[in-house]
Amino acid sequence: MFEQIIPAFVVGGLICVIGQLLMDLTKPSFTPAHVLVLFVTGGAVLSALGLYEPLVKFAGAGATVPLSGFGHALAKGAMEAVDERGLLGAFSGGVEATAVGIAVAVFFGYLVSIIFNPKG
Amino acid sequence: MDLKRIGNQTVVFTNPSVILSSYSVVGPMEGKGPLGKTFNKVWPDTINGNPSWEVAESKMMEEALEGAVQESQVNKNEIDYLLAGDLLNQIISSNFAARTMGIPFIGLYGACSTMALSMAVGTMLIDGGFARHVLVGVSSHHDTAERQYRLPTEQGGQRSMSSQWTVTGAGSLLLGRSGKGPRITAATIGRIIDFGETDTNNMGAAMAPAVADTILNHLHDLKRSPEDYDLIISGDLGILGLELAQQVLKKNGLYFNNFSDCGVLIYDKSQDTHAGASGCGCSAVVFAGHILDKIKAGEYKRVLLVGSGALHSPTSALQGESIPAVGHAVVIEG
Repeated sequence: MFEQIIPAFVVGGLICVIGQLLMDLTKPSFTPAHVLVLFVTGGAVLSALGLYEPLVKFAGAGATVPLSGFGHALAKGAMEAVDERGLLGAFSGGVEATAVGIAVAVFFGYLVSIIFNPKG
Repeated sequence: MDLKRIGNQTVVFTNPSVILSSYSVVGPMEGKGPLGKTFNKVWPDTINGNPSWEVAESKMMEEALEGAVQESQVNKNEIDYLLAGDLLNQIISSNFAARTMGIPFIGLYGACSTMALSMAVGTMLIDGGFARHVLVGVSSHHDTAERQYRLPTEQGGQRSMSSQWTVTGAGSLLLGRSGKGPRITAATIGRIIDFGETDTNNMGAAMAPAVADTILNHLHDLKRSPEDYDLIISGDLGILGLELAQQVLKKNGLYFNNFSDCGVLIYDKSQDTHAGASGCGCSAVVFAGHILDKIKAGEYKRVLLVGSGALHSPTSALQGESIPAVGHAVVIEG
């Protein structure tokens, strides 16, 4: 078990360190939203270059849970769908591959908004 | 008729207004700060049982306005104007608080400088013979300001080290033509100064040149020096802004150690607000509590309060526009 946990902890932690350094070393106009977009697109680009898949194999959830993992899943899904169905797959494959994540976010977002009355 | 205007921007009142009463209501964080004991009322939390933070801010201002009226024991029908302002769009905190007051209402917007602005305009109304009593009040609320100007608090985004913590607080004063109490004897209305600062997380830097400009013009107009004041205090420059303003004044040959800032005084370092406090409520509650107490105790004979305002909107900031800033000064004498 530890041979999986330790790489996941180290790689996941290092990805977060990059995010924290981006917050601390840039101007305040660089917001958490910028980090979000940068990590998702960064993950997609690394995935397209074939660099993210080895990281997932090594670190598992340490690489798939951070936002860059979402970008990786989008790119991977799009590439696989292109192989199966041609160019149209580039548009459908990404969302298909990440459908669980997106649907869970919508479902729980909806659920929480019904149960609670947000004030912020 | 004699003109009361002196120099470029200053008016000296022939009949100074008298501060008959004051009232301040603050949130729990301000209550725990170094000035906690000087406030009239401390809420146990920032919402105090209200359905939203916006309603809470409006109620807080209502409590401050009612509190000042009660302390003065002046009948409401002898109060001719209510001057109030806050930070929210269309100054809703003031509009809603004014519903229950039944006093002719003039809404003012000077962002965080609104307290000093309302004291200046209120005294003009009294000195001009347009009013017997004028009630002035402002409010700000940390959570409503975060929602409107920054991001939802639930997001829990990291705050930059130059950012300031909006004070949850409302302060109010009742000004009269005569009676016992400190008097507002002069006012300098500021010009808009904009040096191109676009970072809304660094409003102290945007406002410092405006505050320095108003102080310089005030002293020049009245031919006074900083030593003529026991205290020169800006509204909410914060730790970084106060340093910048001191630098600007030093370049103009003015160096004095009786210069402070309400945004520096209201929280202590352990409260981790980064660059200090901001918001309309900041200068209002520090003045209505701490400073008035010291004036009444005779510790300060003459104080210059310089409200500092950053006059951008959330839309203009998102579009990359710079922050127009202003400083309004009032002289209060014991």
